[in-house]
Amino acid sequence: MRRRDFLKKSAGAGLAAGAIFNTGRLGSFGTSFAGREKYDMVAIMGGNPDAMFDLGIQELGGIGAFVQKGQKVVIKPNIGWDVIPELAANTNPLLVKRIIEHCIRAGAKDVYVFDHTIDNGINCYKNSGIEKAAKSAGAKVVPANTENYFQEVEIPGGIKLKKTKVHELLLEADVFINVPVLKDHNSTRMTCCLKNMMGVVWDRGYWHANNLNQCIVDYALFHKKPALNIIDCYNVMVKHGPQGVSKADVVQMKSQIITTDWVAGDTAASKMLGVETSRIEYIPMAHKLGLGNMDIDSLNIKRIKM
Amino acid sequence: MRSSFLRSFRIFFSALIFLCFFVVFADFKYLIPSKYINILLSLQFVPSVLKFCDLGTIAAAGFAAVIILTLITGRTYCSFLCPLGIVQDISSRIGGRIKKKFRRYGYKKPFTILRYSILALTVAVSLLWGIYFLTLLDPYSIFGRTVTFFIKPVVIVVNNFFAWILGKFDNYSLNHITISGFRLLAYSLPAAFMLLFGLLSLMKGRLYCNMICPVGTLLGLVSKVSLVRIKFDESKCTKCGRCSVGCKSSCIDFLQQKIDVSRCVDCYNCIKICPDKALSYGLVRLKKKEHQTDPDKRKFVAGALAMIFGLPGLLKGQDKTAPVPQKPSTVPENRTSPVCPPGAVSIEDLKKDCTACSLCITSCPNGVLKPALLQYGIDGIMLPVMDYHKSFCTYNCTKCTEVCPTYALSPLLIEAKKLTQLGKANFIKDNCIVKTEKTACGACSESCPTKAVYMIPYEGNLLIPETNVDICIGCGHCEFACPTKPYKAIFVDGNPVHLAAQKPVEEKSEIKTPVEFPF
Repeated sequence: MRRRDFLKKSAGAGLAAGAIFNTGRLGSFGTSFAGREKYDMVAIMGGNPDAMFDLGIQELGGIGAFVQKGQKVVIKPNIGWDVIPELAANTNPLLVKRIIEHCIRAGAKDVYVFDHTIDNGINCYKNSGIEKAAKSAGAKVVPANTENYFQEVEIPGGIKLKKTKVHELLLEADVFINVPVLKDHNSTRMTCCLKNMMGVVWDRGYWHANNLNQCIVDYALFHKKPALNIIDCYNVMVKHGPQGVSKADVVQMKSQIITTDWVAGDTAASKMLGVETSRIEYIPMAHKLGLGNMDIDSLNIKRIKM
Repeated sequence: MRSSFLRSFRIFFSALIFLCFFVVFADFKYLIPSKYINILLSLQFVPSVLKFCDLGTIAAAGFAAVIILTLITGRTYCSFLCPLGIVQDISSRIGGRIKKKFRRYGYKKPFTILRYSILALTVAVSLLWGIYFLTLLDPYSIFGRTVTFFIKPVVIVVNNFFAWILGKFDNYSLNHITISGFRLLAYSLPAAFMLLFGLLSLMKGRLYCNMICPVGTLLGLVSKVSLVRIKFDESKCTKCGRCSVGCKSSCIDFLQQKIDVSRCVDCYNCIKICPDKALSYGLVRLKKKEHQTDPDKRKFVAGALAMIFGLPGLLKGQDKTAPVPQKPSTVPENRTSPVCPPGAVSIEDLKKDCTACSLCITSCPNGVLKPALLQYGIDGIMLPVMDYHKSFCTYNCTKCTEVCPTYALSPLLIEAKKLTQLGKANFIKDNCIVKTEKTACGACSESCPTKAVYMIPYEGNLLIPETNVDICIGCGHCEFACPTKPYKAIFVDGNPVHLAAQKPVEEKSEIKTPVEFPF
């Protein structure tokens, strides 16, 4: 009982703190975007994760273009590893916090944050700094460490992955926002938007055992797609990914990519990482299925340097 | 002192101690910091003796404090500090509720031969061969096993129920927790002891403590010269016998107005019961006393305990929820040694100091520690062993070494733990998905915290694992993550003696901070 009271209180305190913070910093963001050019992707470079997001989302018409009043929002960062934020194995907590603040400002009824972690779930949530950041911004940080939170869904058109268990909140959500961190990956060569989905399903081992690249693409066919992909490229793990060993694996790129097209997002990310896009097998596979566009030269991209 | 306040104080104090122990062992959220656990456990007799033998420092000499306490106050340890004793008090109280007869004790003769034989055997075997009898009979460890094996799962079920209810109301402040049980056979020993002390205390009060428990017997010997004890005021006593009936140690012979101090656990029930205020707790008057002889050397009994050992090994069961790849793996893992926990130094050292209290098992946030059956051999039954089928050892965690009360797992700094090699990863290429299915996997290398498992180019665009055992610490994450069945494509073979792993080499990447977008 005492624990629960404590959590309630701290969540309340967090909300209050977040509200005070909001009024100070986000005053300018509700500006009208009528007549503004429509971009497929916004890439920002040179700022802090939260400031880059403030700037970038404006170019897409503000978060209000994606989140309506009273909606349930699920934000899926990468919280897979039990490491500190500086090692960049998880999404930057500052970015997660700022996205939540935007959603709540836009009138979201509830904002949920979860990830089915690889390391111990409680430690990952804590040591990544995301639990604290998300709660302070007013989100609900939801466990995803036991099977009972997941429900089986069918994936029409899936070749290897025909059924999978998905977190119940993803199914209930009105808006799904994907917030991966760009990283090197030991076998797929890169983890970003599409591969981040391994954290919304229960049985990740099945993907590994049954053609990982195919399963990643199969899952992308599932109807609950992210409305927005916000790629954290602030600190980028360029080797020893996806877990990393030390800070030597991390390069500070101070960048961010925001896009509605996750295949395009992964393509842009692969260029940031310096990996040939065709070598990341799931990207051309997803492109062929029409899940997105890897031909990013044909896209309307807004590039911002801060 | 004649006040009934004594008894109330005993009940209050022991309830508090019990609560602390209960929380420590049932803490499925791992919220209690190790330092508080250490303080609580510092006065536990057997763990403290073992820790003292290991370290030889005064700070570890909690048992000496207990002996001094006993020399002054008698067996107060058994009523105030021993968690198993307190549990038995609760149990015998329940017994009295079920059947009035269970709470009517009366004076009984002591089981002199049996109890001193067990004590002698325990001491002798511990000194000559190893602490097997202590492992079996240490009351603190029996308590620990009982809570870990039988009570904690119940607590988690209750938590999960509330988590489920709250979840229905969109409140996720409680986590659902998976109950990861042990192999069925591992329950037999704790179950046998729970039945033994449970039934004895339900019907016969503190009979277990005065017949079997070696700590009780030893402190009983010490308390024979204790300064403060329960005594009769012969002039006031009307020999009504109520004290004797209410004595859960059955040690008051009211007809002769004598109390067997070696069995009295200072519960002060008799002081409260006595209508004539003839019993009091106070300084003993020095007078000549005659004693019955204590035949210390009759090593005869306690053979029945051995039957519990006759357990065959079990086939290892894998997690049923694990995925099944198309083709089953074909090459069996060739394991030469089990993996013993960090801080153990070696299997031999673990056997020397561990009483299998299971505190490390219940404290491990990842649930990787399991009670051993015959992995360590018959003399290592119930000792903690790493089970990488169910979980793995977290890279930046030293919890088990922090809580161990006997220093069987000696404290490791996090830096030292990250370089302690518990075992080595062995890659079986013929079982690997990349080779058998010709598809990407890399689950093992992905999980490896040191990159002792890394990927090298294979056919086409594929990458396949390779190991560098010099930097492997044997955490088992690769083995846990490997999706092949029935045999893993990578497994950790234990080091019977832990080795030092080399530090992973840090190399700066040639990729530079970009100044322009590359797209």
